[in-house]
Amino acid sequence: MLTRLRRQPSWLTFLLSFLLLLFAWQMVVVWGNYDRFILPGPYDVAQQFKVVWQDGRLPKHTWITFSEVIPGLFIGIAFATPLGYLLSKSPFVARLVSPYLIASQAIPIIAIAPLLTIWVRSTYWSRVLVAVIVVFFPILINVVAGLRSVPVEQYELFHSLRASRWQIFRKLELPAALPILLAGLKVGATLSVIGALVGEFVQPKSEGLGFLLVTARYQFKTDLVFVVIVTLGVMALLLYGVVSLLEWWLLRWQTFAHGRKV
Amino acid sequence: MKHSFVALKNISHIFSNGFQVVADVSLTISGGEFVALVGRSGVGKSTLLRLMAGLFVPTQGEVMLDNQPAHHTQEPVGLVFQKDNLLPWRTVQGNVHLPLEIQGQSQKSTHQRIITLLDLVGLAGYAHHYPAQLSGGMAQRVALARALVHEPSLLLLDEPFGALDALTREKMGQELLRIWQLLPVTVCMVTHSIPEAVLLADRVLVLNGQPGTITADISIDLPRPRTLEMEGTSEFYGYAAAIRAAIE
Repeated sequence: MLTRLRRQPSWLTFLLSFLLLLFAWQMVVVWGNYDRFILPGPYDVAQQFKVVWQDGRLPKHTWITFSEVIPGLFIGIAFATPLGYLLSKSPFVARLVSPYLIASQAIPIIAIAPLLTIWVRSTYWSRVLVAVIVVFFPILINVVAGLRSVPVEQYELFHSLRASRWQIFRKLELPAALPILLAGLKVGATLSVIGALVGEFVQPKSEGLGFLLVTARYQFKTDLVFVVIVTLGVMALLLYGVVSLLEWWLLRWQTFAHGRKV
Repeated sequence: MKHSFVALKNISHIFSNGFQVVADVSLTISGGEFVALVGRSGVGKSTLLRLMAGLFVPTQGEVMLDNQPAHHTQEPVGLVFQKDNLLPWRTVQGNVHLPLEIQGQSQKSTHQRIITLLDLVGLAGYAHHYPAQLSGGMAQRVALARALVHEPSLLLLDEPFGALDALTREKMGQELLRIWQLLPVTVCMVTHSIPEAVLLADRVLVLNGQPGTITADISIDLPRPRTLEMEGTSEFYGYAAAIRAAIE
């Protein structure tokens, strides 16, 4: 039976495992006889989902969080990519900024986020900024790693053909670094959701899924907490999926790199 | 028909870590000549080749390509390494097109030229394959086609067949000779194989020492076209023995 299951299409495998998960969850609730505010069952959560969807709260706050995540991700990429390029090209810049960059990663974002809400007047942009900071580092690291993965001989080839700096970037560095870059983008995409959420957590007068989560917890609406968690998960999955699609499109050539020989 | 020639005058080169690779090397290669560089590992053969390609600026002395300093010239050279060094995200055709693309020529205007060249290296019909779909020998032929597509006056080969099996290697050597005779190109090739050097080259330069310097310059006066059967002649053995003796 297991071998047959392995041959099923991946969406079917996913559906089966998802149903199994829901079933196990319901079993825990039933056997443990938990109160609804301690551990709601999947059915309670589904009902609560219906309520907040229909009264418009879930779409509203989801949209707000989403509208922080997307700029956060793009601004993060826009800053991390050129800096990563500089870091990998100039040992001086690398020596100058690397210690600060690495040290900054030791500080949890939750510690800096309240400061940002003080410094940035716009509540919206302060939340976006938290997402930017969270996304920045993994993308930066992957840009540097991607550029370092370009073999010296390929640089020599381009130099022997008297390629310009721009041609080297466009025709060698960018495509060569792309697989590692896209892997960083996948991490960044999921982290951007966390960043926006943290930004929402620390603001006294807030909105978005983070705000909805905090209020639901205070009101012991545990089923609503679950709704928010699931929504966040779906959002991260969707972003991850978009990057995966992009990866599949941009790295089509890799399908030839595995296996098949003439 | 442009025949450039290479002139190295009293070249010494020291790497940034202080290691001196070559000392006081002088040599000239005339247009259309086929020269082989032989010697033990670490005597600076590859460094000389990279100096000729203008990839390094020599610490001392000057490298002239067609009477211009090599590291200033805008004239592209052809370069083939032991590894095929193909860009895995480009098809065979895309890889061969690269040098022309860098010169600003569109794929459309050069399509016929690329197909002809692929035919010349025996890869007709493989234009749309990816490098990962090719065997080592085929990939190296693509690398050779790429090094020739922009009609460089100088072709630099760094152990081009070093990663191939012995039979493929012999065959590739013969094909290189055939192509060299068809095109007005000067060739400088680094090799570890003495028979290969004797069979292909007009002149064999032997490098020795640490830092390396040229200690022997042996002209190979075997008639052309050269064939694999020549490897059995006493003349061939004589040259091979002389080169072997010159390597310390």
